[in-house]
Amino acid sequence: MLYWKIFLAFFIPGVLGYGGGPASIPLVENEVVSRYGWMNVQEFSEVLALANALPGPIATKLAGYIGYEQGGILGAAVGVFATVAPSLIIMVFLLGLLYKYKDSPKVQRMTLYVRPAIAILLGLIAYRFFAESQAQIGWIQMLLIAGSSYLLIERMKVHPAFVILISLVYGGLFLG
Amino acid sequence: MKTQWHLFVAFFRVGMLGYGGGPASIPLVHKEVVGKYQWMDDSEFGDILALANTLPGPIATKMAGYIGYRVSGWIGLINAVMAVMIPTIFLMIVLLGSLTSVQGVGWVEGMTSAVMPVVGVMMAVLTWQFFNKARKGMGWIQTILFTIGVLVLLELLHVHPGIIIAVLLGAAILRKEPKNEEKKDAVKGGDEG
Repeated sequence: MLYWKIFLAFFIPGVLGYGGGPASIPLVENEVVSRYGWMNVQEFSEVLALANALPGPIATKLAGYIGYEQGGILGAAVGVFATVAPSLIIMVFLLGLLYKYKDSPKVQRMTLYVRPAIAILLGLIAYRFFAESQAQIGWIQMLLIAGSSYLLIERMKVHPAFVILISLVYGGLFLG
Repeated sequence: MKTQWHLFVAFFRVGMLGYGGGPASIPLVHKEVVGKYQWMDDSEFGDILALANTLPGPIATKMAGYIGYRVSGWIGLINAVMAVMIPTIFLMIVLLGSLTSVQGVGWVEGMTSAVMPVVGVMMAVLTWQFFNKARKGMGWIQTILFTIGVLVLLELLHVHPGIIIAVLLGAAILRKEPKNEEKKDAVKGGDEG
């Protein structure tokens, strides 16, 4: 049963992929290339390259595209559902509990305790973005873009959407 | 109806502008949800982010889905999840039909590498906000100790972030209510900033 296979192929990476979508990429590859043989490694890397070049969450782009390739629109829907639904339902349930007891000191302490950890996790992501772009376009370009986007977003309160669009145009024209 | 439209627009923007996968869209979600539409405050956003990090699966759709649910129930959930992922899946299917490969296409790579510092700056600003919130809540000393502890566990001992957050949440639940003396300490710590 094709749709059942599509469901399983994306359910397993969705449930085992700790650390967000990017962490589940190797797990998806294992399912679609090794287990079900829907594509070879070369094809998978091309799909992944395009997924990386486009905006939006990676895992659902992979699930949607590969599901569509195998089983059309319904296949895409099944793949995406299997990726997103299980952890989202748990999330809604757990946060519902938290919200119910939000005035209890224990829950307030939870909020307090996780803040430094969240700060570190975000800081590390920021660091990786800077390091990767420095490796690709060098210090000067990286600092130039970072500096001007800080001024635009934080000082002049321009909506980030515009700043991202400007940087996309700039990169496409001058950094290609 | 207006709320649904706002949810759709907010997460459509998040999906279309989040270069670099789900984690890159965290500051964008924050901008829309806390900044523009003010559906929740920073500490609730922090709780959601913490829990999303502890659970498996893609982070952007978990955030979109839960925030959609929180704002307007199950329809809001479906709406927000759709808005964040359908447009780019659609692009993916259309583009893979017409392009054979984008690996090594110059201007595409240029675009991606120019966006990274922008996202990096937004992420760094959000990092500072969380750090600052933590400092206000538990004082400089505890915040710095917590921060160093988490950094050592993550980067030197390679403990998984989900495990660290789960342990912190567990500690917050299991810790006994502070006695009076400890309470005094906490107040002192909080005043230092």
